Amino acid sequence: MRSMLKASIAAFATTAILASSAFAAGHSEKLTGDLKIFLDTSNPAPRATFEGLIEDFQTMHPDLNIETTIIDREAYKTQIRNFLTANPPDVAAWYAGNRMLPYVEPGLFEDVSDLWDDELSTQLASTKSAMTLDGKQWGVPYSYYHWGIYYRKDIYEQYGLSEPKTWDEFKANCQTLLDNDIKCFTIGTKFLWTAAGWFDYLNLRTNGYEFHMALTNGEVEWTDDRVKQTFANWRELIDMGAFIDNHTSYSWQEALPFMVQGDAAAYLMGNFAVDPMQTAGLTDDELDFHQFPMIVEGIPMAEDAPTDTLHIPANAANKDNARAFLRYVTSADVQTEINGQLGQLPVNNQSSVNQDDKFVVEGFEMLNNASALAQFFDRDAPAEMAKAAMEGFQEFMVRPDNLDTILNRLERARQRIY
Amino acid sequence: MTTALPQTEYDPPKSSWWRRNQIGISPWLFLAPGILFFAFYVIFPIFQSFNVSFYDWDGLGDAEFVGVENYQELYWDDAFYTSLWNNLLWLVLYLLAIPGGLFIALFLNQTVTGIRLYKSLFFFPFVISQVVVGLVFTWFYDPTFGLLNSIIGTFGMGPINVLGDENYVTYGIILAGLWPQTAYCMILYLTGLNAVDPEQVEAARLDGAKGARMLWYVILPQLKPATFIAFVVTIIGALRSFDLISIMTNGGPFGESRVLSFYMFEVALSEYGFRMGYGAAIAVVLFLIMLIFIAYFLWSMYQEERTR
Repeated sequence: MRSMLKASIAAFATTAILASSAFAAGHSEKLTGDLKIFLDTSNPAPRATFEGLIEDFQTMHPDLNIETTIIDREAYKTQIRNFLTANPPDVAAWYAGNRMLPYVEPGLFEDVSDLWDDELSTQLASTKSAMTLDGKQWGVPYSYYHWGIYYRKDIYEQYGLSEPKTWDEFKANCQTLLDNDIKCFTIGTKFLWTAAGWFDYLNLRTNGYEFHMALTNGEVEWTDDRVKQTFANWRELIDMGAFIDNHTSYSWQEALPFMVQGDAAAYLMGNFAVDPMQTAGLTDDELDFHQFPMIVEGIPMAEDAPTDTLHIPANAANKDNARAFLRYVTSADVQTEINGQLGQLPVNNQSSVNQDDKFVVEGFEMLNNASALAQFFDRDAPAEMAKAAMEGFQEFMVRPDNLDTILNRLERARQRIY
Repeated sequence: MTTALPQTEYDPPKSSWWRRNQIGISPWLFLAPGILFFAFYVIFPIFQSFNVSFYDWDGLGDAEFVGVENYQELYWDDAFYTSLWNNLLWLVLYLLAIPGGLFIALFLNQTVTGIRLYKSLFFFPFVISQVVVGLVFTWFYDPTFGLLNSIIGTFGMGPINVLGDENYVTYGIILAGLWPQTAYCMILYLTGLNAVDPEQVEAARLDGAKGARMLWYVILPQLKPATFIAFVVTIIGALRSFDLISIMTNGGPFGESRVLSFYMFEVALSEYGFRMGYGAAIAVVLFLIMLIFIAYFLWSMYQEERTR
């Protein structure tokens, strides 16, 4: 049964490759038939962006029957398993890195290495490794975004603070703020992953990218002294009282008002947080961005830059059309356009970023100078490990004395999972 | 040459198999859809779940037989014991809805103008969705902006982060759950009180019974069927306390408010969980707990039937 399945997938793949090379020959040909697209872009801006994008694609191919379904972003994460097996679309949105593994392993994602020809591989070089598992590519990126510290410029100026470059400056800034009854950082850990952002950066700055990747790949023990050093740095901030109280009760959106109202001065977040903060009334004079500061000198600065991706399910019915769509989305012009609207960064290096958006410009420069890019903790580590670890991070932020218990538990989990 | 003789033997009226067995079969025919669905959607999955709990399976790929390894892991899993303990807390504390509902019902069982309105207002929390109840209580408990902390703040008490503190969180959610559950028990008792025999009450009154003694010796025994149903629905409510937990804390902080059903969902079906076997093992444990109550309910119903 299994081998039959494999054989049929292989057969599929070869016909698909043949078909796509035929397609490449007649590039300008109009597509016909159906194209079913499932997306998780349920927030207002991304939704509008993709609706516009698909409309343009429709205008190029008037005979193509496109059917788009946009699913709530959180619900999508649990539904994807079902629809990939039962009722697969032709194109599905997902994330890069190890997060693809649960669908690549059972053969639910199509191998799209054929799309990654020399030209595209050069243009999308920065994310190729994140799309590669077992030496093949399993999808294409359409956007990525930077992480860093968003801070209240007006509050910093009021107390004579400047963007910190080192860990000591970082803590000194924080102490000044605390002395004036302002919390340094807002955070909402109800859904856990926000705490992983802190861990990612503290670990990247304390131990470097290579170590961080080894840890998320399960090659290092969680009880290792280097991991403990990361937590010791984190604890300095916790013991200062740098984070808002009761963060376990809030989602990341619910933690925003603290910053908007000036009760907290900064937020470690992805660039998607800018839009809601601007909507809440913060102007460009009040809101600014800086890179997470250096902790240990000499460790190259790596950054978190999660990549959003599109994939073709292995059981899709219209793979040729899907490939054409993926090719379209990765082209330089389209990337420029959609990421301008998304307020994120284009992956294609021929694209340009929206020069009017200072957050995007600054982030783009930061990522270009980064020594390496991590996806994000829950995309770099396997799902189960991510869940266990993020729960540990949350517990640590509330009960830092439990660190040893937490690390032992994570170590047990690591031995079981990998 | 023979002539056809007139038939002399008794010939029973031509009756089909259906006609003969009609009375025996028709109840089964009526029951068939129910039995079929019950077998397919309840009985069969129970056995399936027992079976899956012996495998290591991600729900998509090949299942690997691992014997009792899932149960062994459960035995060492702290999160499992937290969930189990919380389940017990739910079972015990949720029963407070029964006396609560009884007293509200006694209070509302009078004839004054507008009593229908009061009754419906008291019943209201059961009508609204559990999700809404959860949201309302989440805002009520909010450590910074919530009503609870504003109230206790006026008495000079510090803010309590009910849903973010591992010591209070389960009690906080149970309290939210008690609100609609008490309303449900109340309605059960209100209908029960309608059926209380006024002559017995009259007789008791002549004998000088009143207050608590009247309630305990005269009213409550007559409310026994209502109490039984209230007990059943409350236990069931406590065991399926999933939606409140999901909406109020998502199992947090660090998993301290999980119950078995929520833990099972997280392990097997949520964003980060792909372990069907482990989830099934939790489900089996939950089923065994339920089995105790199911057995008790069946037994007491059987006793009831026999004494009648």
